[in-house]
Amino acid sequence: MSQENVAIRENIQDLLDSRVVVSVSPHIRNEVTISAIMYCVLLALLPASLAGVYFFGFPALKIMLLGIIGAVAAEAIIQTLLGQKISVRDGSAAVTGLLLALTLPPTIPWYMVLVGSAIAIILGKSIYGGLGNNPFNPALIGRVVLLISWPVQLTRWQNPTYLFSKSIDAVTAATPLAILKNEGLAGIADVRLLDLLLGNRSGCIGEIAVLAILLGFGFLLWKGYVTWHIPVSCIVTVFLVSGIFWLINPNQYANPLFHLLSGGLMLGACFMATDMVTSPMTSKGMIIFGMGIGLITIIIRLFGGYPEGVSFAILLMNAGCPLIDKYTKPKAFGRVP
Amino acid sequence: MKLKTFLGGIHPPSHKNLSAGKKIEEPPLPKTVCIPLAQHIGAPCEARVEKGQKVKKGEVIADSQAFVSAPIHASISGTVTAVQDYPHPSGKKIKAVIIESDEKDEWFREPKNGQDPLQLSSEELKKKIREAGIVGLGGAAFPTHVKLSPPKEKNIDAIILNGVECEPYLTADHQLMLEKTEAIVKGLQIILRIMGVQKGYIGIEVNKPDALKAMKKATKGLSNIEVVGLKVKYPQGAEKQLIKAILGREVPPPPGLPMDVGAVIQNVGTAYAIYEAVTFGKPLIERIVTVTGRGIKEPKNLRLRIGTLFSEIINYCGGIQGEAGKVLMGGPMMGLAQYTAQVPIIKGTSGILVLSKEELASGESKHCINCGMCVRACPMHLIPSSLGTYCEKDLFEEAEAAHIFNCIECGSCVFVCPANRHLVQMVKYGKSAILAAKKQQQQKK
Repeated sequence: MSQENVAIRENIQDLLDSRVVVSVSPHIRNEVTISAIMYCVLLALLPASLAGVYFFGFPALKIMLLGIIGAVAAEAIIQTLLGQKISVRDGSAAVTGLLLALTLPPTIPWYMVLVGSAIAIILGKSIYGGLGNNPFNPALIGRVVLLISWPVQLTRWQNPTYLFSKSIDAVTAATPLAILKNEGLAGIADVRLLDLLLGNRSGCIGEIAVLAILLGFGFLLWKGYVTWHIPVSCIVTVFLVSGIFWLINPNQYANPLFHLLSGGLMLGACFMATDMVTSPMTSKGMIIFGMGIGLITIIIRLFGGYPEGVSFAILLMNAGCPLIDKYTKPKAFGRVP
Repeated sequence: MKLKTFLGGIHPPSHKNLSAGKKIEEPPLPKTVCIPLAQHIGAPCEARVEKGQKVKKGEVIADSQAFVSAPIHASISGTVTAVQDYPHPSGKKIKAVIIESDEKDEWFREPKNGQDPLQLSSEELKKKIREAGIVGLGGAAFPTHVKLSPPKEKNIDAIILNGVECEPYLTADHQLMLEKTEAIVKGLQIILRIMGVQKGYIGIEVNKPDALKAMKKATKGLSNIEVVGLKVKYPQGAEKQLIKAILGREVPPPPGLPMDVGAVIQNVGTAYAIYEAVTFGKPLIERIVTVTGRGIKEPKNLRLRIGTLFSEIINYCGGIQGEAGKVLMGGPMMGLAQYTAQVPIIKGTSGILVLSKEELASGESKHCINCGMCVRACPMHLIPSSLGTYCEKDLFEEAEAAHIFNCIECGSCVFVCPANRHLVQMVKYGKSAILAAKKQQQQKK
C-alpha cells in the first residue's frame, strides 16, 4: 500500500472512530424551522402594516412598534422570572405583538398597547407553558381583554389621515360595520366597495387594507406554511350566510360583498384563524374550523350586540379545536373505517 | 396524464447527481472479508466452517435449519482466520466468519449456463433461490424463497418489481436497471413462473427516464409485464406505497402483508440476483452498492463482495473529503448511522453514504406547534406529532390506539417538522417498549 493510501486510511479511521455522529434516522431535514415560519409571517404582515401606516400615519407605526416591543419584553421578563430559557428570538412573540397592534384602533393610548401585548403573552401564552401549549390565539386574548377593559378607547375610530398629509385633524368616524349596526343600511349607502378593498375607511390599523392582507397571505401560501382551507371556508361561509339574508330581504341586510370586505374578517381569516398552534391539523378539521368562525362571525354581526364578531368567533372556535382534531383524525392507511 | 402515486410523502433534495450515470465498477479484490452470520430478518445462521479451514468463493459457510433463513456463502477464496463477534452495521456485535484472501478468487462451483429456468418447476426454482442465499436486496433482506411461498389461501395476482429507489443519494438500482435491463426482466419472468401469476409490473420513478425507456424497450412484446412511471416522491419505494400507487390497493395494518392484497414486491436487484442464481447457479456473494455523499471524494456505483469493509471501500473512492459528519449504511432517510468504518457490506447494504458536517440536521428539539405538517407528510396517514408525544410521556395504550404499529419509520414527519422533534426515535422507543411489555405479560401467563 502506498504511503498516500496509508495516510488516507488513517485519516478515515481518525474521522470515523472519533468524531462522527451516530443517531436514529432520518439524517436530513428540510430548512423549515419555527423561527423561519415566524419571520415569514412577519414578512407576510408587512403589506397590511405598511397600508396601516399609509392610511393612519405615524401613530399607526408607533402602535405597531409598541406592540412588538411590549410582547417581546413581556416574554423575556416572564421567562427570566420563571427561570426558563428565553425564546424571544424564535419570533413568535413579535408576531403576537404585531398581530395585536394590527387589531387596535389608531387612536389607542400608548400604555394600552403595552398592557395588551403583555396580557397577550402572559395570559395568552406563557401561563399555559409557552409556544405550542396555548389553546387560544394570544393576540386575540390581548385584544379581547383590552376591549372589555377599555370599551370606549377600543372603539374610538377615525377616518384615514394619510401619511404626509397636510391636514393634521383626524376626523372621528365609526367603522362601516358600526354604522351598519347603529344606523342600518341607509348609513352605509355611500360606502364604496373599492375603498373597502384598498383600505380607505375607518377601522383597526391592519384590518382595513384587504388587498394588502391577501397579498401577504398569498406569500405564506406560496411558502407552503399555511393552507387555503381555513380562510376559504371561513370567507365562503360568511359570503353564503350573509348572501342568504340579503336575498331574503335586501332592504334590511347588507350585501355579502360588504360583509366580506369590511371589519376584521380578512385579517382574522388569513392571519388569526390560521395560527398553527390553535387551529386543527387536518384539512377536514380546518374546513370545519373555518366554517365555524364564519358562521359565528356573521351571527354576531347580524344579531349580536357588537358590530363585529371575528375575534370572538376565532376564540370560540379555538376552544373547539381539540374536539375538531379528535373527530377529524385521518383514516390510517389500510384501515377499514 | 396524472402520474400514479400515494397520498402524503415529501420531496427531499435527491443529490443523486453525485453518482448517477456512473458505470458499475469492480474494485480490486478485498484482502479480508468479514461476513456476519446474521444478514437478514429471521433466524441467524450457524457457521459451517472453522478457523484455519480453506474455503472457495461460493462455498456455503453458514446455514440454518429454520425456514425463514438463507445460507451464507464465502465471497472470496482463502482461509478462515476467525469465527468471532464483529461490528455489524446494525450497531451490535454479531458473530462473523473472517476470511483472508488467497488472491486466487477461485470458485467452489463455477457458475455455468444450466437448464432454461423457465422449464423448471416452481419448487425447483425456489430451492435454487434458497441455495443461492438470496434475500431482498432493497434493504430489509427478507429471505426471498419465503416471500415467494405465500400460504395457499392467499390469492396473488400481481408481482411488482421495485425500481423506485426513492431514497436520496442512492443510484445503485438505477444503474443496475440500465446495465442489466434484460436480466432484470428475465428475473421478473422467473418470479412470475414461480408464483404462477399472470401480471408483472416494474415501478420506476420518472426521475429515471433512461431506466424507464430501457425497461419499456426490454419488455416490448411481453404483454404480461407493464412498466409504470411513478411520481417522484418519498417514500414511493416503500412496499405499501408502491402497491397503492400501482394497484390502488391498501395493505391492511400489521400483521397485514402485501400478499393480503394479492401482491408480492421484489427489488430490481433481487430480480437480477434471482436470474443469476437460477440460470447459472451463482450464489449471492456480491451486490451493487452506491458509495456517495458530500463527504466522499469520488462517489461511485460499485459491485462489492459481501463482507468487504466500509473503510476499504471509502479508501477506494478516494477517501473522506472535508469533515465527515455521519457515515450511513443506506440512504439519508432510513439508513443506519455507523460508529466505525470497520463494518462490512452485508446483503442488505444498498449504499454507503458519508454526510459532511454541514449537512447534518441540527438544532434543538422544541415543543410541537401543532402545525400539521407531519400529518400531511405521513404516508401512513397517522398523526406523528401525537404518536411522538404519547411515546415521550410513556402513554403506550394511547400510542397503540393511535396505530403506532402502522408506522413504517420512513422519517417523512421528522424531515418536515419545524420544531425539530425526534419523532421516529420516539416511535421506535414506543414500539420496543410496548413489545417488551407484551412479552413480559405472556411470560407471566
